[in-house]
Amino acid sequence: MSKKPASTAEPKPDDSAQRSDHARAPVNAGLSREQKIELYRTMVRIRRFEERSLRAYQAKKIGGFLHLYIGQEAVAVACCSMMGKDDHVITAYRDHGHAIAVGMDTKPLMAELYGKVTGCSKGKGGSMHFFAPEKNYWGGHGIVGGQIPLGTGLAYGIKYKGLKGAAMAFMGDGAVNQGAVHEAYNLAALWNLPVVFVIENNGYSMGTSQARSSAGDLARRADGYHMDWGLCDGHDPYEVRAVMDKFLRAAREESKPAIVEIRTYRYRGHSVADPDNTYRSKQEIEEYRRTKDPIQVFQMLLAAEGVLNDALVEQIDQEARAEADHAAEFAEASPFPTVEDIQKDVYWEADNPAERKSGGRLFFD
Amino acid sequence: MPVITYREAIRHALAEELERDPNVVVMGEEVAQFNGAYKVTEGLLAKFGPQRIVDTPISEAGFIGMGVGASMLGVRPVMELMFWSFYSVAFDQILNNAANIRFMSGGLINCPIVIRGPANGGTNVGATHSLTPENVLANTPGVKVVVPATPYDAKGLLKSAIRDNDPVMFLENTILYGDKGEVPDGEYTIPLGQADVKRAGKDLTIVTYGRCVLHSLVAAELLEKEHDVSAEVVDLRTIRPLDIATVLASVAKTHRVLIVEEQKPFASVGSQLAFMIQKEAFDELDAPIHRLATIDAPAIYSPPVETEQLPNPQRVLKAALELLA
Repeated sequence: MSKKPASTAEPKPDDSAQRSDHARAPVNAGLSREQKIELYRTMVRIRRFEERSLRAYQAKKIGGFLHLYIGQEAVAVACCSMMGKDDHVITAYRDHGHAIAVGMDTKPLMAELYGKVTGCSKGKGGSMHFFAPEKNYWGGHGIVGGQIPLGTGLAYGIKYKGLKGAAMAFMGDGAVNQGAVHEAYNLAALWNLPVVFVIENNGYSMGTSQARSSAGDLARRADGYHMDWGLCDGHDPYEVRAVMDKFLRAAREESKPAIVEIRTYRYRGHSVADPDNTYRSKQEIEEYRRTKDPIQVFQMLLAAEGVLNDALVEQIDQEARAEADHAAEFAEASPFPTVEDIQKDVYWEADNPAERKSGGRLFFD
Repeated sequence: MPVITYREAIRHALAEELERDPNVVVMGEEVAQFNGAYKVTEGLLAKFGPQRIVDTPISEAGFIGMGVGASMLGVRPVMELMFWSFYSVAFDQILNNAANIRFMSGGLINCPIVIRGPANGGTNVGATHSLTPENVLANTPGVKVVVPATPYDAKGLLKSAIRDNDPVMFLENTILYGDKGEVPDGEYTIPLGQADVKRAGKDLTIVTYGRCVLHSLVAAELLEKEHDVSAEVVDLRTIRPLDIATVLASVAKTHRVLIVEEQKPFASVGSQLAFMIQKEAFDELDAPIHRLATIDAPAIYSPPVETEQLPNPQRVLKAALELLA
């Protein structure tokens, strides 16, 4: 594991002019120094949390699946940084980045991975099912594309209640061919629901590339539904914010849905179980890491702006590592749920017996 | 007391709950402008408007999932499946999402949805339109399953279902929609998980639900008139939560049980009932538990043959006599 945030990337002259444009976009120009540092810090915190959970998984502290967000940090951080009080987020199972980006405390996240009762889902959900309703974060979902109709539903609820908010419904490039996703697109476009469908295109569904999965372009399918769409890179949080801002405003203010495809990359396999040796070359991974690592990209941008210096970068990194270690210590020290806990949190009525109206047996052991 | 149809009873329940709670929204295919494929929602669009009564495109996975998502924010959607047979298109949204979100979030969320529609054979609509999935639904912790047989039960149970904070699956029957029954004018609800003894008797217990209740009542009349047998008919009304206590009390009285269900036999609702009865009332039984189910094959089209594939009063009578032999 790398001890430094990333190896030094060579700045590309043509890219940096474009990147300055993104930095000057109104949604970014208004960011304070502290806010910029916070964006950077959140990306680093996600990176270190993911690396620490990988080590915990390898030490057999975590069971089941672990889908790491390493390499994609700019997408969740940028998108979630623009949430207003009536905006809502839902995503698939690569959800640790979004969870941290909306502000969840990493101790209950790690405890959830460890299956402890102090986990954010009391150990009942695991890696794929982080939720924080009070932060307008609705999971964390395991079935590919299954969360997308739910996202359309969040938008429906926002509109039904007369709120000026937007739902961001995230999915991967592998989800776009699920029937339920098309149904959700149609409902959103037909009824003008304020949902921005965000396709985090990291190039692969597990091991099957986009070229081998999808006919045509991904976000462009919106044309078929007369829905707006956008396409951008997800390595620079400024760019993601600049592009998403337009679509979020259209959703909040005019209730217009959209599909935004954000090109990103994951360094690690689909999940920890993926040996990652059948579908892409090590060169490809290295090339991305060298030239497009989002933490490195943003670090350089902020250094050029005079916002970050080496000392601050080092401090942020140390703090992120310490935070991840503390989260693991908290998880380790926490108890597991009991067998009696298994049948709690299944039915609202069973959990609220004073308000239960039904009779009969709810469980059949 | 007013006499109304099962269809009207459901409509009145919907109207009353729409009136009572602004979060309630009725949605489904043809529910608004068409007045409902089976006219259940007739007149509701005119009364409540298009924000509350919503026509959906044909996309069950999409609109059921959408309803589940909206329910997380406090909307209370009552979603119609034109046929419960179409649930399989939305299976993931119902049984992976609606049923599990509360658990997977450690209790942070609940999904107060109702999915309602007809689940029945007997109308010659063929194998893919005749499913009765109450067993599949009831097998899933996290959902509730209601199957009313009469207008009175339908109205009271639907009102309770809409007010329930858990996902409730409400299974009606197209053949029952025209049935008439006494339904009080005033406000009333029937709690879920409460069975109803529709006919008292002492010689055998017929445990049943849905349209089979009516078949069983006809058979019980014949048993009394032609065979001097007194049959008790227990209508479960709700499958999950299950009022097994009422069933067991009946078994303790009669000592013989016939389960009648419009279900294909393997892992049906009756299979679970039989296990529970023999486990908890073994010493009360004077005979093995018998079960009359749908003949185990896809639903046949040919009209007179379909009648024989499903439970019907003659088949119930025959099964009861076999039990008593």
